[in-house]
Amino acid sequence: MSFWKSMVLPVALAVGLVATPAAAQDKIRIALVVKSLGNGFFEAARRGAEDAAKEVGNVEIIYTGPTSTTAEGQIEVINSLISQKVDAIAVSANDPDALVPALSKAMQRGIKVISWDSGVSAKGRMLHLNPSSNALIGATNLKLAAATLPDGKGNVAILSATATSTNQNIWIEEMKKALPTFPGMTIVTTVYGDDLSDKSYRETQALLKAHPEVKTIIAPTSVGIVAAAQAVKDAGKIGQVHVTGLGLPSEMAGAIKSGASKSFAIWNPIDLGYTATLLAYDLVKSKAASVAPGTKLKAGRMGDITVGDNAEAAMSEPFTYDASNIDQFAKIF
Amino acid sequence: MTMLTPNVPFSTGQDRAGQNRGGQDRAELGRAPSPTPPIRRIPDRTDAPLTALLKSWEALLLLLAAAIFTANSFASPYFLDVWNLSDATFNFTEKAIVALALAFVILAGEIDISVAGIIALSSTLMGATAAAGQPMPVVVGVGLLTGLACGAVNGLLVTGLELPSIVATIGTMSLFRGLAYGILGDGAYTRYPEGFAYFGQGYVWEWLSFEVTVFLGLALLAGFLLHRTSLGRAVRAIGHNPTAAAFSGLKVRRIKFWLFAATGLAAGVASVMLTSRLGSTRPSIATGWELEIVTMVVLGGVAITGGVGTIPGVVLAALVMGLLTFGLGLLNVSGIIMSIVVGVMLIAVIALPVLARKLSNRMRRSTP
Repeated sequence: MSFWKSMVLPVALAVGLVATPAAAQDKIRIALVVKSLGNGFFEAARRGAEDAAKEVGNVEIIYTGPTSTTAEGQIEVINSLISQKVDAIAVSANDPDALVPALSKAMQRGIKVISWDSGVSAKGRMLHLNPSSNALIGATNLKLAAATLPDGKGNVAILSATATSTNQNIWIEEMKKALPTFPGMTIVTTVYGDDLSDKSYRETQALLKAHPEVKTIIAPTSVGIVAAAQAVKDAGKIGQVHVTGLGLPSEMAGAIKSGASKSFAIWNPIDLGYTATLLAYDLVKSKAASVAPGTKLKAGRMGDITVGDNAEAAMSEPFTYDASNIDQFAKIF
Repeated sequence: MTMLTPNVPFSTGQDRAGQNRGGQDRAELGRAPSPTPPIRRIPDRTDAPLTALLKSWEALLLLLAAAIFTANSFASPYFLDVWNLSDATFNFTEKAIVALALAFVILAGEIDISVAGIIALSSTLMGATAAAGQPMPVVVGVGLLTGLACGAVNGLLVTGLELPSIVATIGTMSLFRGLAYGILGDGAYTRYPEGFAYFGQGYVWEWLSFEVTVFLGLALLAGFLLHRTSLGRAVRAIGHNPTAAAFSGLKVRRIKFWLFAATGLAAGVASVMLTSRLGSTRPSIATGWELEIVTMVVLGGVAITGGVGTIPGVVLAALVMGLLTFGLGLLNVSGIIMSIVVGVMLIAVIALPVLARKLSNRMRRSTP
């Protein structure tokens, strides 16, 4: 008696939970595997992926990932996707190496694998999609600075992270390379805020005093740009000095509202999910086993994307955020 | 005065026996822990063997596993595929191997929550050994010995210093993982010698993976030790009442020490397999596994207060959790929902027998 009673609920529970109809089989199924669920950045990427699926038609997006950012959790998800024989996996990896065996198995079984945002080692994927390239980031920073200067002419300064930061130094180098295409613009100096809010703030204050001729500060660091905008505001120089660079919409919303910053840039997660989906779709359609450097892939509204060395591709120049779209994106990331 | 004091050393033992066994001397059948009913009913006879088996925790788990299996077969066209099922076992065998050893520790009334930390430290030292150019057998040996040594540290803290095991292993949990972070930082070991991949990715025969083979072998060994040897009886006696066990001549400290050491070794085995399966080591490896492993043991019907539980129960619990997460994964149920399901299942499976017993007691009382 008590035995049968005790059986009823677990069985009902188990049957009820798993008894949902299986998905249609004829569609191309592309799995978007993210670092963890419940993250606004990836929810936005999912929206882009759904847009792409609608655009090409006949594509089903499986949006999935672990609940915490672990490689083991992602491997469980990938194993399940292999079992379902999906057509493609597009993953933003929690670990560039630990996913390689699982993804290699997927590729052996005919599944097209790409990584996006956070990459997987070359052995574990056919293609990696970077949100942007160093050259594009350098050029975009100068373009945004030019937009704040009268006729694009004037003096600018750079607020970087640490003097040894690889990314920052490459981007500064790219800016200097692109400078000749912006006649009349001069980079006066570069200061280092070490990616610390208080140091970046103090460096900006000192910069404003030492170089009153500087009209625009470029901070290609998400910590520095916020601190610089705050320093400009506190010095009462809104309208005289503009801050731009790379930052996160949620952190920069205040600076855009106050006018300390007119616009800044960072990749757009919606575009990233959209492009990753279309590239995965291209690979499924092409049936190729690998992607050679120089291959051109179609990415809808993002234009054609050329695959570079090491099967890495760059999506586009960073997306520009200003007063017109900051509210929408500040909610996302 | 004298009326009050004699109770003290024996009180826990009496409570525990009353709680867990309901007056029946049938510990082998692994009843669920239950609060003492208001009126204790002392049966005039024990159940017939078959009835007892049907009423057991294992029968409930087996039926649950069968139900999940059937439901999955209907729900997903990909479930009934021998290769897919074989792939699915990789998601839980490493944890289940540690759960087998941890079951003994919990049966003896202790706990070890440093197991995931041990896996991380063991994996890190294996990576360092491999990076130093050592051959595969040395790398595996370092992994297993690290596990054993970490387990011995836990054992010494609990039996030598007499620290409560939950406190001691919370400490070593941070210590072992902290050492792994200290050695590796934000780096990774990615070069392992030729042949190392077999432990986590190899197959013994067709679809029968090395991991599952080792797990089944260890499950048989653990089952034999717990249910067919005097060591098994000793472990249970210690869990029921360590003081009484010590007075009966059992070497309580020595046995507990070796249980912790064995759990460390099992974590070492799991670490070899997981590292081989990932082909790389980062200090964040196996994050959060301690809770999943404890969940397996508890779902398997091992009383967290010690003394009661079986190895078949733990094996079935591993199977239930593996089948459930794999089935839900095939339907692309989000991991957030999945963790809710596992939580509800755990509470339901543990609460239901208690609820059912209360109900049947009430019915018996109302119909004299």
